[in-house]
Amino acid sequence: MSADLIEVVKDRFPDAVSDSHAYRGDATVILRPESLLAVASFLKDDPALRMNFLMDLSAVDYSTYGERPTTAFFASSGVAVRPTALIPDEDPWPGPPRGARFAVVYHFYSTDKKHRLRLVVPVEDDDSPEVDSLTGLWPGANWLEREVWDMFGIRFRGHPDLKRILMYESFEGYPLRKDYPVNKRQPLIGPLN
Amino acid sequence: MPIETISTTQGNHPTLPGEPPELDTRDMLLNIGPAHPAMHGIVRIVAKLDGEQIEAAEVEIGYLHRGFEKMAEVVDYNGVIPYTDRLNYVSPVINNMGYCMAVEKLIGISVPERCHYVRVILSEISRITDHLTCVGATAMELGAFTVFLYMIKAREYLWDLVEMVTGARLTVSYCRVGGVKADLPDDFAEPCREAFKKTREVLAEADGLLTRNRIFVDRMSGTGVISAEDAIAYGITGPFLRSTGADYDVRKDCPYAVYDRLDFDVPVGSRGDNMDRYLVRMEEMEQSMRIVEQAIRDMPQGPIQVDPGTGRPIPAAEMVDLAKVGDIGAIQGGSAVTCPTLEGSGQSQHSSIAADAKRVFFPPKEDTYGNIEGLMQQFKLVMHGHGVRAPKGEVYFPVEGANGELGFYVVSDGNGSAYRVRCRPPCFAIMSALSKLLIGDTIADMTPTFGSVNMIGGELDR
Repeated sequence: MSADLIEVVKDRFPDAVSDSHAYRGDATVILRPESLLAVASFLKDDPALRMNFLMDLSAVDYSTYGERPTTAFFASSGVAVRPTALIPDEDPWPGPPRGARFAVVYHFYSTDKKHRLRLVVPVEDDDSPEVDSLTGLWPGANWLEREVWDMFGIRFRGHPDLKRILMYESFEGYPLRKDYPVNKRQPLIGPLN
Repeated sequence: MPIETISTTQGNHPTLPGEPPELDTRDMLLNIGPAHPAMHGIVRIVAKLDGEQIEAAEVEIGYLHRGFEKMAEVVDYNGVIPYTDRLNYVSPVINNMGYCMAVEKLIGISVPERCHYVRVILSEISRITDHLTCVGATAMELGAFTVFLYMIKAREYLWDLVEMVTGARLTVSYCRVGGVKADLPDDFAEPCREAFKKTREVLAEADGLLTRNRIFVDRMSGTGVISAEDAIAYGITGPFLRSTGADYDVRKDCPYAVYDRLDFDVPVGSRGDNMDRYLVRMEEMEQSMRIVEQAIRDMPQGPIQVDPGTGRPIPAAEMVDLAKVGDIGAIQGGSAVTCPTLEGSGQSQHSSIAADAKRVFFPPKEDTYGNIEGLMQQFKLVMHGHGVRAPKGEVYFPVEGANGELGFYVVSDGNGSAYRVRCRPPCFAIMSALSKLLIGDTIADMTPTFGSVNMIGGELDR
């Protein structure tokens, strides 16, 4: 089923899809950023897909992927048991998106068709990452995009009110970026007025 | 009041008969929260009021942000489990289960059937405690303090069950990647039946006190209304969505664990107001109890050794005696009855609650303390850098939390800790729609609407 979903998107947008996989049965399409809005509105309105839910929107900072030190000498012996029959294992995982530090990840769900699709949008500009906002299609994207801005510093073009949501206004840096140390302290702030 | 006063007051506002008096009105900004006695949970709402009516509202969250997602990248896979307890702290087992199932999907292991049943039983009990808290707190804020006390009393019965199984009431950390910490106690069915009987009495009592109560109904129905289309557009799931008539429930639509084998109904409302959300939650508690009863009835038993002479199970001490006198034939191929201790399950139960994956799950404590293989297995898992290691990849796994779809998106780089863990908190979506729910209602309607959102700061702010 997940392969069919990927095919539908690929057929409709042959130039927009740069890669796809169904690792562990999760249908995933990796998109070029400029076609995000077109693909998202297609997913929402197409009668064969009818993805009415934007379930989740988050991002991953791939800047230290594969660079983390293995912590013990024999540690590499621990990886991977062969998946049991209950868990699909047809597709290998192609690895993180190449040539981009950030990837914005969307999870869609259709209540009619009961299927899920993941869109991965690599953000190419590392210094001022920016992607299109989905607030026009799903109002629920508003807060989710604010959270990604807050945590990763990725801007959303066309967002009506892009400001921090979990952190406070005078917080410096983006805490879920890999170059933000986990134990970093910020100065205490007093009341603003 | 002297008559002169009245006439003077009227004299200050000369109006033509039939016309309303001209008043100097202006909008008022009212700051509610972050800590407000009529709202549980730390959240700030800035409301723009026209008289009593809310014209605009801005919701500010983040007061309970603890950096869950950042911490999950630092500690190893099993080390995240105590953090998941603190997401939705009213139903922690569901969070445990969601996270563990996501990691299990990533690693590619399946847990034994009995373990699924144990997880389902505990998560449904947690769902009831969550709904009891939500309904009780909402009722209290509308003045029905008795109902709150009754419902917290019922929650206590259920938490006794949780404590009996997990050893803790709130931060249970019960699930592990690849299994659960310990099996159910031997005599779990009986106290469970007793607790449900008392819970049902409380629910009937609360139903009698609330469902046809004029004050309660007047304040709940018609307030905080949202349509199914809007709710879906905002990503709202769970009882909140079902009150609008959409019947999406992860347990039915994308069944996980053993939910596809259990018979239960998904209650839906029609109007999408606070009253419907109350009714949906009340019915869901009954359905959860149905699920637990079926699960206890259907769950496969672990291996038990029965004495061929008497037909009764052999306790561990007797089995040792049999072995001493060389009566091996009677005890071969089975295991003795032991009560699982909280230090680790008894060896006999271990195979039925943990996946058969030595690189993932701890050995039974008898083996850790008793032989070198068990000791090595334990150390290979607890030593820094030797713990559970998932292959490179990414997965998303949703479960039905008490507030809606609770999803975990895990990315692994093949290391001992996750590269990225994203939790999709169900009440985040509901809170993002809160200002829309409030606009047009009066300030007094904020209390029931906010109550029916069931905001849990731990999962909202993570």
